[in-house]
Amino acid sequence: MNSLNNFLFIVFPYICLTSFVVGHIWRYKYDKFGWTTRSSQWYESRLLRWSSPMFHFGLLGVLAGHFVGLVIPESWTEAVGISESQYHVASAVLGSIAGVVMVIGLIGLIYRRRSTPSVFRATTRTDKLMYVVLGTVIVLGLVTTFYWQILGGGYDYRLTVAEWFRSIFYLNPQVQDIVVAPVLFKVHALSAFLLIGIWPYTRLVHVLSAPVGYLWRPYIVYRSRDDQPQAGNRDPRPGWEKPGLSGTRR
Amino acid sequence: MRVMAQMGMVMNLDKCIGCHTCSVTCKQAWTNRSGVEYVWFNNVETRPGQGYPRGYEDQEKWKGGWKLDRKGRLRLKGGSRLHKLSTIFSNPRLPGIEDYYEPWTYDYDVLINAPAGDDFPVARPKSLITDKDMKVTWSANWDDDLGGAPEHGHKDPIVKKLGDKVKFEFEQAFMFYLPRICEHCLNPSCVASCPSGAIYKREEDGIVLVDQDSCRGWRMCVSGCPYKKIYFNHKTGKAEKCTMCYPRLEAGQPTVCSETCVGRLRYLGLFLYDADRVAEAATVEDEHQLMAAQKSLLLDPRDPEVLAAARRDGIPEDWLEAAGNSPVYDLACKYNVALPLHPEYRTMPMVWYIPPLSPVVDALTETGHDGEDIGNLFGAIDAMRIPIEYLAELFTAGDVEPVNDVLQKLAAMRAHMRTKNLGEPADPEIAAAAGMTIDDLEAMYHLLAIAKYEDRYVIPTAHSEVANALLEEMPGCSVDFDSTNSDNPVGENQPVPVTIESFNLTKQRLEAQDYKDLDYKQ
Ligand code: HEM
Ligand code: SF4
Ligand code: SF4
Repeated sequence: MNSLNNFLFIVFPYICLTSFVVGHIWRYKYDKFGWTTRSSQWYESRLLRWSSPMFHFGLLGVLAGHFVGLVIPESWTEAVGISESQYHVASAVLGSIAGVVMVIGLIGLIYRRRSTPSVFRATTRTDKLMYVVLGTVIVLGLVTTFYWQILGGGYDYRLTVAEWFRSIFYLNPQVQDIVVAPVLFKVHALSAFLLIGIWPYTRLVHVLSAPVGYLWRPYIVYRSRDDQPQAGNRDPRPGWEKPGLSGTRR
Repeated sequence: MRVMAQMGMVMNLDKCIGCHTCSVTCKQAWTNRSGVEYVWFNNVETRPGQGYPRGYEDQEKWKGGWKLDRKGRLRLKGGSRLHKLSTIFSNPRLPGIEDYYEPWTYDYDVLINAPAGDDFPVARPKSLITDKDMKVTWSANWDDDLGGAPEHGHKDPIVKKLGDKVKFEFEQAFMFYLPRICEHCLNPSCVASCPSGAIYKREEDGIVLVDQDSCRGWRMCVSGCPYKKIYFNHKTGKAEKCTMCYPRLEAGQPTVCSETCVGRLRYLGLFLYDADRVAEAATVEDEHQLMAAQKSLLLDPRDPEVLAAARRDGIPEDWLEAAGNSPVYDLACKYNVALPLHPEYRTMPMVWYIPPLSPVVDALTETGHDGEDIGNLFGAIDAMRIPIEYLAELFTAGDVEPVNDVLQKLAAMRAHMRTKNLGEPADPEIAAAAGMTIDDLEAMYHLLAIAKYEDRYVIPTAHSEVANALLEEMPGCSVDFDSTNSDNPVGENQPVPVTIESFNLTKQRLEAQDYKDLDYKQ
């Protein structure tokens, strides 16, 4: 049991996180051309119009909740005067709203993928895998929330799951913190790490390039034909000439 | 003043026969791939007509280009940066398959493999998007030659604007062709709309390109361009657009659409412009003044002061020489006959059009009048309000005066050349009526009617000039590669011979980092 726990809650998360980091670097280096949302709006926009914003905005809310719940220790929120019960009510209410919005969006997205012939035909095998894993994470997360936080009296995961989660990033994983947690929390966390592991090989790479820089850059971009490779310009591969001829005018 | 060079194009619409050769050759060269089946970097639309994609000129619907806000500041019509990001998950202004058309092929296999029988086998249309049988109901030029115009003509955004005045009954209809490529704007709203900053304007020649490695498929540029000349490749998930055939231009060759144009109506050359004043010109409040503002950016390439500033800003000598011989500058600014397409979008487009006189001439000849008589022509220009208002909506934000001026010049040219061909004495009144001199009229005629390949395309090529200089230095090379060689009837560039020597020289040229590394005398 111990070694299984060690594998599931130490080895597996590290494998997934490594895959996440190395995978992204590898993909950026070798497949910038494939780094895109692969938007399917050109095929269909009636369903996408509501499902995609619902999914994304809901998801961003849920992610913000996870950030607060997992990354900020309970002692900090108590220090600023938020008691655990207040926190619980706030997170259960806000989290459920965001979660429901997200799930309706997700159902819309998946229904759209399946029912629109052009979108279905543009769905790759990795898309399907991604949706299975993403769907699992989301369904498990939602079941956990409803079972423990709404039907049950509320489980203070911030003392167990969150401690374990942070300990992973301190490179000092505390397995004992997670093994005491209810099984729903465990499988939700594990499925989330699986999603993190496959992340860089799916269309989810688009998340890392969320274009916040757009808010600050000048509107019109100029680049010189002769510019040395800069942000976004691929280095010439060894053995390949830059397109165009060298020795161009300055 | 900061001088920059811009590759520009002028199209003389009177000569377009609507053959679509430009579209087809462009497609063969650039978009004959899956994912861009529906994409025409060059398309030719019959006007009046809805265009491609359908109704793209309706900016209240698509929100392309720029607008002035209440305080008179230049803003993207599609909304602020924050607004764009907040609608990124589903872009409310994105044209879809139904606005372009569903690309299809035919099931030709059936024709060959159908078993013998009483019925003729039929190749059914199959969607290239879903592989399923489909009914073909629209395409990029479905309303060619006013096909279906009595039914659909009123959907043309300009016809809508002009109201019931535009008639589609056979006797009253007029039409002309409008070939369109990306405008390679001085103030490109596609660039400004791209959240990733993947679209850029090349400093050297102003060509607007999409960096395929930085594009992340946010598809905001498609909405941002009012001409809908950025397309979404639905297979790669990246934006693509007309590249002005930059690999060809760099080698001194005209774009594919120009090279293959049956009417030889396209002109390519450089503009020099003042980059510091672009935003100011695009912010001029009165839409009727926008064309003048745009022209005021273009600098006279023969003015010594401009040349000195251009040298200061690093534009090389051969480029200045090309700018001095630029046919597009002459047509737009010397003869003032080329007009920009939809200046009211405030993107400062750099593909210019000489509006067609043909609707006027056609109307004259059809009613049995002499279509080359200056009095008739001027009278008809005055009388034909509707075609001229239509042209004005396209080229001058609705201001009929500049269109009238151009048509009068074209009419004067027509009438003057007739007297000349008939050996009659030249009548200076004709030129004067259009505000021109006989010399200018004849020079313009030369450029519009009989200009040779190298007068229509003045493309500076740093590289091939280096290569040619190298070749000239080659010992024992007997062939003259003077690129100004003018007696080439087909107008093709001459082939560069491949020899062992030229191989080594090419290698040297490829490996050189700078001119200085090449051992030829400058
Ligand atoms: C805040 C950053 C994000 C931005 C700007 C963003 C933007 C986009 C865009 C533009 C699309 C394409 C929609 C279309 O036109 O078809 C998309 C699709 C998608 N995004 Fe995001 N996204 C973000 C975050 C996320 C996150 C965190 C996830 C999940 C973990 C996610 C999951 C998805 C999925 C699954 C799709 C595919 C939808 C479909 O077509 O079936 N996104 N996203
Ligand atoms: S016409 Fe070309 S340069 Fe101008 S906004 Fe559209 S895509 Fe950009
Ligand atoms: S090839 Fe020339 S004449 Fe033919 S449609 Fe194109 S622009 Fe017009």
